[in-house]
Amino acid sequence: MATAAAHQTARTQPHTGQSGGAADDEAFARVFDATVAADERIEPRDWMPDAYRATLVRQIAQHAHSEIIGMQPEANWITRAPSLRRKAILMAKVQDEAGHGLYLYSAAETLGASREELLDKLHSGRQKYSSIFNYPTLTWADVGAIGWLVDGAAITNQVPLCRCSYGPYARAMVRVCKEESFHQRQGYELLLALSRGTPEQHAMAQDAVDRWWWPSLMMFGPPDDESAHSAQSMAWKIKRHSNDELRRRFVDICVPQAASLGLTLPDPDLKWNEERGHHDFGAIDWTEFKEVLKGNGPCNEQRITQRRRAHDEGAWVREAAAAYAAKHSSGTEVEQA
Amino acid sequence: MTTTTHTRTAALALGDDALVLSHRLGEWMGHAPVLEEEVALGNIALDLLGQARILLSMAGDEDELAYLREERAFRNLQLVEQPNGDFAHTIVRQLYFSTYQHLLYGRLAATEGPFAGLAAKAVKEVAYHRDHAEQWTLRLGDGTEESHGRTQVACTALWRFTGEMFRPVDGLGLDPAELEPAWLESVRGVLKRAGLAVPEGPRTGAWSAGAGREGLHTESFGRMLAEMQHLHRSHPGASW
Amino acid sequence: MTNTDWPLWEVFVRSRRGLSHTHAGSLHAPDAEFALRNARDLYTRRGEGVSIWVVPSSAVTASSPDEKDPFFEPSADKPYRHPTFYEIPEGVKHL
Repeated sequence: MATAAAHQTARTQPHTGQSGGAADDEAFARVFDATVAADERIEPRDWMPDAYRATLVRQIAQHAHSEIIGMQPEANWITRAPSLRRKAILMAKVQDEAGHGLYLYSAAETLGASREELLDKLHSGRQKYSSIFNYPTLTWADVGAIGWLVDGAAITNQVPLCRCSYGPYARAMVRVCKEESFHQRQGYELLLALSRGTPEQHAMAQDAVDRWWWPSLMMFGPPDDESAHSAQSMAWKIKRHSNDELRRRFVDICVPQAASLGLTLPDPDLKWNEERGHHDFGAIDWTEFKEVLKGNGPCNEQRITQRRRAHDEGAWVREAAAAYAAKHSSGTEVEQA
Repeated sequence: MTTTTHTRTAALALGDDALVLSHRLGEWMGHAPVLEEEVALGNIALDLLGQARILLSMAGDEDELAYLREERAFRNLQLVEQPNGDFAHTIVRQLYFSTYQHLLYGRLAATEGPFAGLAAKAVKEVAYHRDHAEQWTLRLGDGTEESHGRTQVACTALWRFTGEMFRPVDGLGLDPAELEPAWLESVRGVLKRAGLAVPEGPRTGAWSAGAGREGLHTESFGRMLAEMQHLHRSHPGASW
Repeated sequence: MTNTDWPLWEVFVRSRRGLSHTHAGSLHAPDAEFALRNARDLYTRRGEGVSIWVVPSSAVTASSPDEKDPFFEPSADKPYRHPTFYEIPEGVKHL
């Protein structure tokens, strides 16, 4: 176990010399509530309710898993990218996603959840990743649609997380959001090139948008009245806006962007509602959402199998490095550059 | 700026090396043994792709050259086109190639030739690639019994592709043979420190590998190009 | 040897000359050499740093939350340590 002293939680307060009684817990809870209420950040060694910790671990882990599983649909096109410029952009993007996964696993470690343990839960299906990555990338245009729509939806979700009440998560998200900004733009630019290209390229772009639009809207999660965790997460300021609110915001952003692309969004009910100041849009097929979530999407099996294989086939490499370090370790040497 | 035919030949050789190796490393993405290594291999692949784009642009249009040439027109070393194999194969391929590339760019950076500018920038990148390969070779060679065995197999299997690196390249402005003693000394040193036997098989001769620079490649290279070029070739004249 | 759980390291990055190293995050690595290299790849992909320190997370000793008072309160009641404590007439420069 590699849980660090700096990462040890305040649940076991060693310095008080006595197990914290109920009175202590109440006092801690008051400080916690006041900190959250004052819009200040909770830091790793602060006391926090067990449920707050569990919610964060679940959410951060799911987020981290999404980053690394999300590498797969795009990496699927690295070896076929149609120009060297696009190849470089795509490799940099997929590499960023590995990096984002690392930032997030690192944030989860501050809550006492090791990466090994979280990966194990991912591999055994006990923790989830975003369902969007269970859809296949069938053509090159899908790389663009993922950048524009999937990353666009992710950014809409993530920007508020930069103000999340848990410090390490908020800081990781600041870094992620800064780096993500190019991801969405490159997708949009890629689609624009296709849309303005040959008729075949234009058709490819439209087909990709047709297939990715609805799954992107599902990324915001179930409607507010069916969302199991939303209310508590909002009270704890882990979550800042409701699923439906973010979804509306995303639709409003995408409509004019689609028009500039010269592509249509596959929803006949999509139209501006003057009264609400938002677009109305068609009903989302939540049956599909639930099926994909349950594991019945087109790529669920494939994604997790590849992830497990990479991990299993890499075991001997990780073991070798650990064995070498054990042989050559000279105590607690601290190196600097 | 006019580029002579000789310079073009050398630019293609170096550019194809970088392009093909970058492509191979790109195949690792999503499959690396540990997340940190996804990022490291990605960095190396991106450095190489950047070098390839500059070099190919010295020889013509980068995309035409990358996507529309037939297998026999590629001038890369056979070493860099070898399939990734396991992580040990990839690391040993990196060790053999990045040691060579580091020595080569170090020398080119000191010349006044057409590659000096590129080499001055790239030599820093390649120093890191070399270090990455050396560090991993030490850990794999001197890690576990399994890692040692796998790495020894890789060292021996790829050895035959190393002689070609030191054959003359038209327009390069130096004779790669001059790099060979330093390369041998360095690679032997790393292998020894890693507890690995230095392979003794042939590295040159008509029967060994060694004609990538003349456009003779190995079987897997055709499939690699088929995958790389397919989309671009399916839409003639399209912009991306 | 079946341990594949590489230890955790804390990463500190000096973003440019003249600034001190700042905590950037953590990562896993089998040893210090690789911790440095991984840190370079992960935390300075966009040229965010000129120097990196890595420290085994287990070597960090931290103050705990409710030692907060004795540790940090005293400085809070010494406002005269801060330049904003002093009123300076408008127009006085270089102070």
